[in-house]
Amino acid sequence: MFLIPDSFVRFFHRMASPPHFYALTERLMPWLTAIFILLVGSGLYGGLYLAPPDYQQGDSYRIIYIHVPSAWMSLFIYTVMAAAGAVGLVWRIKLAEVVAISSAPVGAGFTFIALVTGSLWGKPMWGTWWVWDARLTSELILLFLYLGVIGLYGAIDDKRVASKAVAILALVGVVNIPIIHYSVEWWNTLHQGPTVSKMDKPSIHVSMLVPLLLMALAFKVYYLIAMLQRARVEVLQRERSAQWVRNKFFGTAS
Amino acid sequence: MTLTRAFLAIIRRDLVLAFRRRAEMINPLLFFILVITLFPLGIGAQPNLLQAIAPGVIWVAALLAAMLSLDGMFRSDFDDGSLEQMLLSPHPASLLVLAKVIAHWLVTGLPLLLVAPLLAVFLGLPSHALGVLLLTLLLGTPVLSLIGAIGVALTVGLRRGGMILSLLVLPLYVPVLIFAGNAVQMAASGLPVDAQISILTSMLLLALVLAPWPTAAALKMSIH
Repeated sequence: MFLIPDSFVRFFHRMASPPHFYALTERLMPWLTAIFILLVGSGLYGGLYLAPPDYQQGDSYRIIYIHVPSAWMSLFIYTVMAAAGAVGLVWRIKLAEVVAISSAPVGAGFTFIALVTGSLWGKPMWGTWWVWDARLTSELILLFLYLGVIGLYGAIDDKRVASKAVAILALVGVVNIPIIHYSVEWWNTLHQGPTVSKMDKPSIHVSMLVPLLLMALAFKVYYLIAMLQRARVEVLQRERSAQWVRNKFFGTAS
Repeated sequence: MTLTRAFLAIIRRDLVLAFRRRAEMINPLLFFILVITLFPLGIGAQPNLLQAIAPGVIWVAALLAAMLSLDGMFRSDFDDGSLEQMLLSPHPASLLVLAKVIAHWLVTGLPLLLVAPLLAVFLGLPSHALGVLLLTLLLGTPVLSLIGAIGVALTVGLRRGGMILSLLVLPLYVPVLIFAGNAVQMAASGLPVDAQISILTSMLLLALVLAPWPTAAALKMSIH
């Protein structure tokens, strides 16, 4: 532990206390929302208005400003969920468990959005709503993994036990995701060959890249907002009989 | 009791228990055969079509049969408390769990190999692909049992864990299905399948080493 600065350790210990977490996130929320609106506003303005249309795909390429950040988020959130789950398993930090399970529905949402927008883009480009493309397929399996996590959490009544189960499952999933991803890729190349005309990437132009990065940041902040809101509700539910919750909502009379 | 003796004792006990309840052993096999029988009835009996889909269909059916048989892996031990005793023993829980998985595979996975040739004949799979089919089943079904054990361990404490179990386990089965199905397909068209077999073998070794670990953790969690 001597490698980690003291202030950092103190920050973690304080974040692990539910009342402190609740109060801090309450103060953070307006700031996060403001940053999100700023980022998403400038990202969409840059992507939908300033960036020139693609010389091949016309305006349909603009869906990448939603699609690509969502696809990035879908994997990112799964990793966060597994990491938080591992922290919860090893150090028994309740808030890490809460963060892990609060991430799952947000991640599933992003995965779903990535699938839907991919399919919407596929209709004009490939001429069909669904192609068993390697990336689409592994995204679909990722969605099933998310649904498994959510389903397992819902099925176990004792929420402390359920968070442990979810953490184990998320860790197993994290080991498996690369295996699944590469086997799907291999399967796809063997079955279809390179018939699917993948968008060649002629090093994307700056006017298109900047809005994309802005949107990616905006989505990260959105994830933070959505996850924290879920985590706050989850914390209240778990701590409903604790003194600080009573003090907060029913005054100090006891 | 040494670890080796405990390991072997668990396998022997589970095998004896399984042979005393033979009807339960037959169920996955019958399921396997029935699903395969349904396919010609559903899509028509053109030999070309059946032959083309045979590798995939046999493997999907084997996968479903393996999944259906999972639920019994820890159920009775969980109900009568012997699982708790097993986890309390001084031996590493992951190895004892591995013994249970092996015993389970011997009674549910291995018999699939015995009926697979019959089903290959039903679907008109070329006879030179039969060896590869059996080899993929031999390498693949233990992986299904090992990965499935994690899912069963997570859901054994639930009263209605069946549906959720399939949701947890099936996405993790995808790589095995891809490589095994593909190997049989390649073998049917007379192509070499060394790469697929090597990958399946590595999957088996990886699962043997890694899977008992989360399974034991999940069982401890289920018992709490």
